Amino acid sequence: MNFLQKIGEIPCVNSVSDELTNEDQIVESSIIQNVSRRNFIKGAGLAGSGFVIGAQFSTANAVSPNNDMNSDSFNPDVFISIDDEGTVTIMSHRSEMGQGVRSSLPLLVADEMECDWDRVIVKQAIGDAKYGSQNTDGSRSVRKFYFRLKEAGATARTMLQHAAAQVWKVKPDQVTIYNHQAKLTQSTQVLDFSQLVKIAAKLPVPDKSTLRLKTEAEHRYVGKENMKILDAKDIVTGKAVYGYDVELPHMKYSVIARPPVLFGKVKSYDASKTLKVPGVIKVIEMPLLSAPAVYNMLGGIAVIAENTWAAMQGRDKLKIQWEHGKNASYNTKNHEKNFKLALKNPQYLIRNRGNWEQAKKEADRIISHDYYVAGIAHATMEPPAATAIVSEDGVDVWTCTQAPQSAQGNVMSVLNIPKDKTTTVRINVTLLGGAFGRKSKPDYVAEAAYLANETKMPIKVLWTREDEIKHGYYHSPSYQKLAATFNKSRQATGWYHAMVNHPIGATFNPAIKQAGSAELGQGDMPFDLPNIKIANGESDTFLRIGWVRSVTNINNAFAVCSFADEMAVESGIDPKEYLLSLLGKNQHIDLNKDGFNYGNYGEKLEHYPIDTARFKNVINIVAKNAGWGKKLPKGHGMGIAVHRSFCTYVATIVEVSMPNGKIKIEKVHYAVDAGKIINPDRIRSQMEGAAIFSTSIAFYGEITADKGAVEQSNFHDYELARIGQVPEVNVHIVKSEHPPAGIGEPGVPPFAPALCNAIYKASGKRFRRLPLKQFGIV
Amino acid sequence: MIELMINGEKHQLDVSAEMPLLWALRDIVKLTGSKYGCGKGLCGACTVHIDGDATRSCVLPVSAAVGKRVTTIEGLSENADHPLQQAWMELNVPQCGYCQSGQIMSAASLLNKNSKPSDEDIDQAMAGNLCRCGTYPRIRSAIHQAAKLAREVK
Repeated sequence: MNFLQKIGEIPCVNSVSDELTNEDQIVESSIIQNVSRRNFIKGAGLAGSGFVIGAQFSTANAVSPNNDMNSDSFNPDVFISIDDEGTVTIMSHRSEMGQGVRSSLPLLVADEMECDWDRVIVKQAIGDAKYGSQNTDGSRSVRKFYFRLKEAGATARTMLQHAAAQVWKVKPDQVTIYNHQAKLTQSTQVLDFSQLVKIAAKLPVPDKSTLRLKTEAEHRYVGKENMKILDAKDIVTGKAVYGYDVELPHMKYSVIARPPVLFGKVKSYDASKTLKVPGVIKVIEMPLLSAPAVYNMLGGIAVIAENTWAAMQGRDKLKIQWEHGKNASYNTKNHEKNFKLALKNPQYLIRNRGNWEQAKKEADRIISHDYYVAGIAHATMEPPAATAIVSEDGVDVWTCTQAPQSAQGNVMSVLNIPKDKTTTVRINVTLLGGAFGRKSKPDYVAEAAYLANETKMPIKVLWTREDEIKHGYYHSPSYQKLAATFNKSRQATGWYHAMVNHPIGATFNPAIKQAGSAELGQGDMPFDLPNIKIANGESDTFLRIGWVRSVTNINNAFAVCSFADEMAVESGIDPKEYLLSLLGKNQHIDLNKDGFNYGNYGEKLEHYPIDTARFKNVINIVAKNAGWGKKLPKGHGMGIAVHRSFCTYVATIVEVSMPNGKIKIEKVHYAVDAGKIINPDRIRSQMEGAAIFSTSIAFYGEITADKGAVEQSNFHDYELARIGQVPEVNVHIVKSEHPPAGIGEPGVPPFAPALCNAIYKASGKRFRRLPLKQFGIV
Repeated sequence: MIELMINGEKHQLDVSAEMPLLWALRDIVKLTGSKYGCGKGLCGACTVHIDGDATRSCVLPVSAAVGKRVTTIEGLSENADHPLQQAWMELNVPQCGYCQSGQIMSAASLLNKNSKPSDEDIDQAMAGNLCRCGTYPRIRSAIHQAAKLAREVK
């Protein structure tokens, strides 16, 4: 089943600057080849004849295209092909989970190569290392591929130009490529792409240095408004195929009873009643899981049936004796005291400037507060699902995955397939019904492959909502302590931030105890104070940890941006003005000077500095749009927060009222500076969505465990925000010439602190713990 | 055998009477537009129409749909031309899209009863449909726009 869909209509845009400064440094190395010359298209899923451009994007040093031409190690990560009719096919090698990547990256390629978007087909790539990284997480699809894909498009356009020049026997500069056609200068002659395919296929690939990339003014799709999203028609007619929807001939359905406690095992079980359920075919004991969890199967008992309902009924009738193991000691509420203890003397120094201890001694006043954010679950509307067939030809999988290559590796490991046989495991990527990080962890894909192999039947493994909530990879709860020192003139002189959580590292190596990750919103906090001490503690881990959308930025931004507001109150200064003053002068912050070797989301600081001017700019814009400082109706309050994550700067203002002591969100404003952008509508939708996603976290998000087992199970006790709870979300996209940054996640972190700062303004009550439902105000 | 009338067509289903309609639609009839989200009537992803009324198919036994008209997202219009589908596409409502068929079916049922819903009417009628991506503001706008479109057509 191919889910390769025609893109019908066109997406949209604002004008964005597209000056390609520093491009050479940013494009690390890309190798573009005319692969039609070497019959590469066979097996690549592209049209069997015509013109194919393969672009290899290596993160290693540049390799000469000539050297690589005959090598089997050529690893293209995007393909462009044109068939005899001139239809252009662009491979989307990143997963679509609602963030709009299928309506963004292919649009960039099509624009750069001067396609008519109506004559473009976007195909979803299978998992294959030849595409480079396909792990669609970390808000990096556009960030990592913007310039590289522009170059791929420009290469195709240039070759079409050369082909037309050959036909007309003129120099290439006499030919213009525009909207799927070549035009001859000072003539009415035109050639359609379809007429150039065969010639272009025989041409050498032009040297990169000769490529001319389109300027902003020349863009016809990129940055434009009203571009329609690619899969909209399939979605609104119910034809879009998600992982849950895959149907194969003779396929069987499976649900699995997994150990309630991580690393628990089946002591004994009785399936006699299960096997009497009409439609149940068999039960299979899954392999035992031992640490580390990684992306391995959780174990338990699988029920295989003719339909999902029978499988669920059969599972309900299983009688299983579990041996829970040592994680059964874990109770979330009790563990909070261990977190507190860990912060008495946090042993991992992250960042140090000046002398915090001295600042404390000299302080006129010190304020200090603790913040706690509960653990949360991904709660994707589509729970995990995967379908697999094992045959003599290998393994075919259809699944909703953020990380098809990781899924491929997982399947190979489960089925003991040798490492050199990657092509025998084909991971077909469906649409993802939400992901938020959960679907980069392919444990469920391994389950489907394992069961398909055991049964020799096509098997679809479906996680129920209860499975998703009770057996997930969780966003760890975090405990944080912040303190600030002030001098006699009420000026802040020092900043202290200690944090502890269950580290994600423990999912991969149980010996890891140091809280993670200071990189994301803690160590890189931008306030310019003479004394700074940032340190982390350590903790044991009892559940599988796997962060939710925007990672520890959620917790760190909640604490940092709430505390900054408390400092403003302490100083008697307006919170927005106070944020600007804390940011200090315009500068690129050098964290190395403070002893912090900062990862910067995998980007070089020369290209993506921590720029205080950009922080201040989004603050000023959002304040202007929200009418910050204007007289509000009685009982209303506005709160502000600003945060940089995934190299994007976001400022948020939330306005609330508190009728009958319950929070009512009146309005939300965002200003976002993500550098160069492709599809402004999909940026707005990500910010709107981030506000609502964050409302769920702030109001309700809480996973707790008792005796090692997660206590929540479905949407009645793991609630999500509903339509009446979030009003209009106003989004301002900053025009920016900076390199493109992330969009999928950065809208989340500043929302909850802006909300709580607004609640403080409206009610005088400060809430330092999430979720807010525990205070009876939701 | 259970006989169901789905999107105007008769279907004979060899399933137990208590199987929820959702699984009969998805696994037996192979209409996968109606989605599973919770299995408890909490999220609305499975919403279909029974005689025109929005109904959670994940908690409705197939036996309860016998003799009634079942309409799924696949049967809402001939060619994506229901005013809601048009408004949904026009305003780029979906993000991941998974909950959207349920949202549209709930909204269609609302518009059947109320041709000019207020924000409050919408919030009330759509309160049972969760969207994790957060498309609510656009859903609200699209329902208003579809209502306007439908009134203009009439």
